[in-house]
Amino acid sequence: MNTPVIYSINGPVVKVRNTKIFSMLEMVYVGNRRLIGEVIGLNETETTIQVYESTSGLEAGEPVEPSGAPMSVTLGPGILSNIFDGIERPLRGLEAESGAFIADGLSVPILDTECQYDVTIKTSVGEYVHGGEVYASCPENSVILHLCMVPPTVSGTVVFAAKNGKYRVNDEIVRIEDENGTVHSLTLCQKWPIRRARPAVKRLAPSRPMITGQRVIDTLFPIARGGTAAIPGGFGTGKTMTQHQIAKWCDADIIVYIGCGERGNEMTQVLEEFTALTDPRTGRSLMERTVLIANTSNMPVAAREASIYTGITLAEYYRDMGYHIAIMADSTSRWAEALREISGRLEEMPAEEGFPAYLPSRLSEFYERTGAFETLSGREGSVAVIGAVSPQGSDFSEPVTQNTKRFVRCFWGLDKALAYARHYPAINWTLSYSEYTDDLSDYYNREVHPDFTAYRTQISAILKEEQTLMDIVRLIGADVLPDDQKLVIDIANVIRVGFLQQNAYHAEDTYVPLMKQFQMMKLILHIYQVSRTLLSENVDLGAIRKSGVFDLALKMKYDIPNQQLAAFDTLTEKIDGMLEELRGQKKEAVV
Amino acid sequence: MSLQYHGFQSISGSLVVLDHVKGAEFDEMARIVLNDGSERTGRVVMLEGEKAVLQVFEGTNGLSLTNTRTSFTGRPLELALSGDMLGRVFTGAGRPLDGLGEVMAEKYADVNGQPLNPVSRQYPRNYIETGISAIDCLMTLIRGQKLPIFSGTGLSHNKLAVQIVQQAKIAKAQNAQFAIVFAAMGIQNDVADYFRRSFEESGVLQNVVMFLNLANDPIVERIITPRCALTAAEYLAYEKNMHILVVMTDMTAYAEALRELSSSKGEIPSRKGYPGYLYSDLASLYERAGIIEGIEGSVTQLPILTMPNDDITNPVPDLTGYITEGQIVLDRGLEQQGIYPPISVLPSLSRLMKDGIGEGYTRADHSAVANQLFASYAQVQDARSLASVIGEEELSDTDRQYLEFGKMFEKCFLAQSFDESRTMEETLELGWTLLSMLPRSALSRLDDKMLDAHYSPDAAKALIEKVVAQNG
Repeated sequence: MNTPVIYSINGPVVKVRNTKIFSMLEMVYVGNRRLIGEVIGLNETETTIQVYESTSGLEAGEPVEPSGAPMSVTLGPGILSNIFDGIERPLRGLEAESGAFIADGLSVPILDTECQYDVTIKTSVGEYVHGGEVYASCPENSVILHLCMVPPTVSGTVVFAAKNGKYRVNDEIVRIEDENGTVHSLTLCQKWPIRRARPAVKRLAPSRPMITGQRVIDTLFPIARGGTAAIPGGFGTGKTMTQHQIAKWCDADIIVYIGCGERGNEMTQVLEEFTALTDPRTGRSLMERTVLIANTSNMPVAAREASIYTGITLAEYYRDMGYHIAIMADSTSRWAEALREISGRLEEMPAEEGFPAYLPSRLSEFYERTGAFETLSGREGSVAVIGAVSPQGSDFSEPVTQNTKRFVRCFWGLDKALAYARHYPAINWTLSYSEYTDDLSDYYNREVHPDFTAYRTQISAILKEEQTLMDIVRLIGADVLPDDQKLVIDIANVIRVGFLQQNAYHAEDTYVPLMKQFQMMKLILHIYQVSRTLLSENVDLGAIRKSGVFDLALKMKYDIPNQQLAAFDTLTEKIDGMLEELRGQKKEAVV
Repeated sequence: MSLQYHGFQSISGSLVVLDHVKGAEFDEMARIVLNDGSERTGRVVMLEGEKAVLQVFEGTNGLSLTNTRTSFTGRPLELALSGDMLGRVFTGAGRPLDGLGEVMAEKYADVNGQPLNPVSRQYPRNYIETGISAIDCLMTLIRGQKLPIFSGTGLSHNKLAVQIVQQAKIAKAQNAQFAIVFAAMGIQNDVADYFRRSFEESGVLQNVVMFLNLANDPIVERIITPRCALTAAEYLAYEKNMHILVVMTDMTAYAEALRELSSSKGEIPSRKGYPGYLYSDLASLYERAGIIEGIEGSVTQLPILTMPNDDITNPVPDLTGYITEGQIVLDRGLEQQGIYPPISVLPSLSRLMKDGIGEGYTRADHSAVANQLFASYAQVQDARSLASVIGEEELSDTDRQYLEFGKMFEKCFLAQSFDESRTMEETLELGWTLLSMLPRSALSRLDDKMLDAHYSPDAAKALIEKVVAQNG
């Protein structure tokens, strides 16, 4: 049979005629420059291929070569600290090949093939190993211990095991023979198709929060380990900023940051900042537990579609080692648009706003790969996804936001009005929700304080009440309200400015431990209670405002260091004293 | 390869189809010679078997199915590049328009460019002082940034762009060469002329490369115009080590050209008839701003777009905002009040400013002052909407103070004359004076140390008196 050749070219979509040698989702090499492509459609006469690199200069009649395997990623030590493109080619390697601008048809090794790892073999000849079992371990860097696991689809008896020592990623260290007598050679790395979820034993219920140190998230709208969250927001509302904050401070073991169709400068910034930042828990550079996937908005669109899958496959691999992973996907809308663009080139019938009808099923497929699992190696690991959504025209009723909302359990809606007033994080407390609050109540009440959930409910109630009152204020002004309702507005202001608003550039405020979050809530509610009593004793609200207690509460986030929570007692005493003084001064009789 | 193809199989809009083509490459250029000897350029946009679909840059007027001979060049659209391009004027497709002859090319480059590797980028940190208070203080322009101006028809965006070009100074790089690449897409002759005259009057014309695709020029060429401009800019920046400011106007006209072409190709439209790839396409332009690690030069973009019907949610400004690093939004209400530049502060933003200001760049208190001005001005809007309901008299004292502050802010801070250039120091001091009109306790974004050093109600009073005196 002749080599199949290109019949037509339309942007990133290439078609081949009269061949049946390709299989669905197979990776192929297109043209003389061997561009990487993937088969996305097959019928009697035509094979449709999407090409992950620029098709400029390609000719009809150039050969297309099958690879015999689906689009896969290489998994092994050397992934962390690295920055890859959408199909897992290391960008530093590409830079070495083609300079500052990325050329087409480059082939570079995915993992560093020369680096020697200090390998400890965990198995011995004669032992039976099943898929997912750990056969060796090596420190990937000073922070993460890398476990080499038998590929999930393979099991058998060990017929060769190397000695402990230094090995490179492609060195054979274990050989196993399965029931059919086939021999599998195991190195430090393995391949896995990006569109197939890596198997696990069973899914576990979410029970532990992923702590981000961001008050509005941890307290009001928490996310579980292995949870899913969407951050929708128009441009300039701080999606990226919120994701950076979570990536920097959350208590996941490993961060997978997918820059999907976003700005090049942002990826550079993440790379620079994360390298320079010290992780408070390990004392090492944050980059050592981070992997970046960058498909910036000017890189080929087909690879953008793949980048999301590449990212989650890497995450699943580390999950199988028993780590907790947080994926930042910025932005899932660009991924959906890549789907739309390719769908358009395939001349498929569009559904809403030109998006293909399979958008919801693709989104759910992706979000369902998250969760906490018992892994094949018997460990517990989880993958959480925080996906930014960039709604067109800041309109949350558009298809990507709406469909995402159906498959995620946390919704952190960003608000233009808050962002314009420079209230960050601009998470709108009336629009947002978390379905994990109930699942996680136990944890908060047990690990932080028995009153945590009760306080959270009170805080939400005050914010809700303020909203109702503000509707009135907007119509007739604040002066007509009775003092106790004005107090609600004042306290809500303390909550908004003093608690929900958080300064990412302030050394103390950028990350706040749960206990301090709790103490802050407690103090605010305490001031509210005492002030209410004072009002009922006929003390003037103006006097309470003048006493400066609200100002003290507004500044406590800066004034009290994260490590000195005892200062809250002193502050409470001070405030009590200030309010006590007012007790004598009754309001003068109203004329 | 000098194979020539006679005639076309079909012609539709700006697209022509050739049959029985051998060895045509996707994206390559073709030369179309008419029987009368005139020449046009086409680009391969689709290949199917032996059929090639070409896009004709100069339009298909006068083409018939038989009166042409087409040959393929084997190369993508390339631009001749040279340091001598400065001071020259080209068409939107990069051909000389000033009668000075072809450019002696030192190099040819594909106008589509290649994606810049994120690891090779240098994160932009140095600011450009524009001398315009609102921009310098609140949405600082950073070298290597793409910061568009969102405007509307009839607003003074062109004037603002010229003022920025005339006053722009790069901090910490006084001896580096600074030049402007100007791309006009679908703008009127008068506007193009206004820019040329303004450049001439301020004596910068020798440092400007102009690419003009005017409103009556073919739309296919309009799609090439920004690409030519950016290719020239990248060349001057990365190979001639110059700091380049690219002014592109009007991006809406560009997007409309793209839409026209897309619909003539029969593609499935997404929002408002724009093609589904509008985002990727705009990104392939805007992402060409930046700085490369280890190279002195930089490409900064200042695209201008007019929002149809002043609607910021229209796909063009919307998608632009998602790609660019902030935006400067102009407001019709302010323009009508006679405030120039009519910058609407709250929706405007510069994403990169946080790392390019503060100690070591501008002044330690810059970011806090900017934040406080934003927050206080947001309060002004609340007070105003309340006042429009219950009347100014009924407002509380604090709200009245905010109204007063808002008025002064617009009059003294936003507004400045076309030839007035304020230094960063003056701008920040002005910001402090205005903030001092408000009670100290209302300034929650500023810490006590800064307040002690700069908070001065007396200065505020003096400023108010001065303004009152000026207005009689």
